[in-house]
Amino acid sequence: MMKELEYPFDVNNIMKNKKKIKKELLLNKGLIDKKIAILGGSTTSEIKNMLEIFLLNYGIKPIFYESEYNKFYEDAVFGNEGLDNFNPDIIYIHTTNRNIINYPTMYDDTSIVEEKLNSEYEKFKKVWEKLFEKFNSIIIQNNFEYPYYRLLGNKDASDIHGKTNFITRLNQKFYDYANNTKNFFINDINYVSSCYGLDKWSNQFYWHMYKYAMEVPAIPYLAFNLANIIKSIYGKNKKAFVLDLDNTLWGGIVGDDGVENLAIGPEVPSGQVYSEIQAYLKEHKSLGIILNVNSKNEYENAIAGLNHPAGTLKPDDFIIIKANWNPKNLNIKDIAEELNLGADSFVFVDDNPAERQIVSNYIEGIATPEIDVPENYIRIIDHNGYFEVTNFSSEDLKKNELYKDNAKRSQMMATFDNYDDYLKSLKMKAEISSFKPVYLERISQLSNKSNQFNLTTKRYSLADIEEVDKNENYIKIYGKLEDIFGDNGVISVIIGNIRNKDELHIDLWIMSCRVLKRNMEFAMMDELVRRAKEKNIKAIYGYYYPTLKNKMVSNFYDLQGFEEISCDDEGNKVYKLDISKGYINKNNVIEVYE
Amino acid sequence: MEKEEIYERLNNVFRDIFDDESIVVTAKTTSNDIEDWDSLEHINLIVAVEQEFGIKFNMNEVTTMKNVGEMVDIIISRVNK
Repeated sequence: MMKELEYPFDVNNIMKNKKKIKKELLLNKGLIDKKIAILGGSTTSEIKNMLEIFLLNYGIKPIFYESEYNKFYEDAVFGNEGLDNFNPDIIYIHTTNRNIINYPTMYDDTSIVEEKLNSEYEKFKKVWEKLFEKFNSIIIQNNFEYPYYRLLGNKDASDIHGKTNFITRLNQKFYDYANNTKNFFINDINYVSSCYGLDKWSNQFYWHMYKYAMEVPAIPYLAFNLANIIKSIYGKNKKAFVLDLDNTLWGGIVGDDGVENLAIGPEVPSGQVYSEIQAYLKEHKSLGIILNVNSKNEYENAIAGLNHPAGTLKPDDFIIIKANWNPKNLNIKDIAEELNLGADSFVFVDDNPAERQIVSNYIEGIATPEIDVPENYIRIIDHNGYFEVTNFSSEDLKKNELYKDNAKRSQMMATFDNYDDYLKSLKMKAEISSFKPVYLERISQLSNKSNQFNLTTKRYSLADIEEVDKNENYIKIYGKLEDIFGDNGVISVIIGNIRNKDELHIDLWIMSCRVLKRNMEFAMMDELVRRAKEKNIKAIYGYYYPTLKNKMVSNFYDLQGFEEISCDDEGNKVYKLDISKGYINKNNVIEVYE
Repeated sequence: MEKEEIYERLNNVFRDIFDDESIVVTAKTTSNDIEDWDSLEHINLIVAVEQEFGIKFNMNEVTTMKNVGEMVDIIISRVNK
């Protein structure tokens, strides 16, 4: 991750050095290719360039199709061979209020205004529907920024003849469509332009000179916002906070000043600020973001601070609390191991720039937002878009409980000498079944989030998963696991492709690290074989493609009894298991049902 | 600000924008002399020059500017005000 490309960024520097930045980012390993079609209603050249570097920074290497100037409608509705052949993963429709043709006038009565609103909406709806018809892809659509002048003054907002009012209502129609349509996302330029400053954003020089619908120095903000949606779709969101305490969650130093003298709560301005910071961080729990503490403090003092009566965050809100005198980067490594999460999925919040520097030097990919003064903490964390929500599943609401349950399991494990006895004591039950509509969202999410227990690291958007679900040539199963401590939800997925009648090729095998070492992988294997036999499969082929993160499963197929049949220079391995002569079930600790 | 200094700073902006360390601009330089200088890069160049010198060109200036020399004349009139 390049510091220069994190919010708040230096636009001059990015724009001037974009070619150098791009070259440098292209040297990164493990970039994933994605085909992105930009259908524009104004000039998009620099938007493409900026989007490219922000995506590269997230590990996504875009390949672009760019429509001719203002040909978004024609490309979508009448088709275009270039676009058809390109077959995009993502279609970004960059339209702005410059593309609204039929604004109301003062002469229009209510019904005419309604008609105009509907006809503008229908024009866009047709674009989306045509694209969905043709492509199995994701659509990202700009909403509209406010107009740069108000003919009616303040009444422009409330009166149906006002452009401001018209845009507000048209945006609402877009949101309704978004709420009812999978694989469709709004790029909220209305918000981005207001943060940037609408007058500056709407600088007409750039429209009349170059047909850019916003001033060119605003483009990095637009592209960053868009890149956040895309990286979220492909599972590159952050997953957890690791928080410092003193002068990060409260004002003052608990060990020196004492709990009673900390700034937190409504009495003083700095206390109010920290109250809001705590409330803001706590809100993330509802998104499934895990909170942890990493503080140089005596443990008792840390807990005392967190029990401050005016505090919103309590010790119980955190999964792991490290309050000691160890280097913070080492604490973070421990937290990552205990949670079974990659440290690169953490956001480390610390008011001390030296601590941030050390942590970002030692831990590749971790975010260390450059917070300055407390009143800016929330904005700086928030505008970085670490946790951009694209597919929210009910699993996320329960995430914190799930991690708590795991902590209880660890305690119980310590009471057993024999691991099998411990597993049996959990009284595990697994639902292993063919894909069901209610789980498709979660399955896609899991395919994008799993990095460690992931044999091929193939990513599936929701649209891809729906495609697999419909196709008879796939054996596709998911596994849910529950035990005495709670339900883990859907935690494993296998997608196998039937080829040459009696061969099953495993395209995807993933499991959440929450359920490592519970023999769930054996239960999944048994079920896969049973289903394969039903389809008269004689041999199963497994693939292992090494990445920086999936070493944990490098000999997975060996353990499952497969035979290695090839391995190339990069360590990509192909395995085979002959099931025609029988197969002995491996799981004896989990009760499986469909 | 002296003309010489402006050319020096301008030259660095050109090198950054076109990512070419061999560029040397003179008063006579036009878009025909630099391979990547098309209309799309032109806007980026203008923005970068504005940012380098903390000035804004107006539309009329951008549309009538014929070569780097004319650009420098505008810069001089702005920064030495």
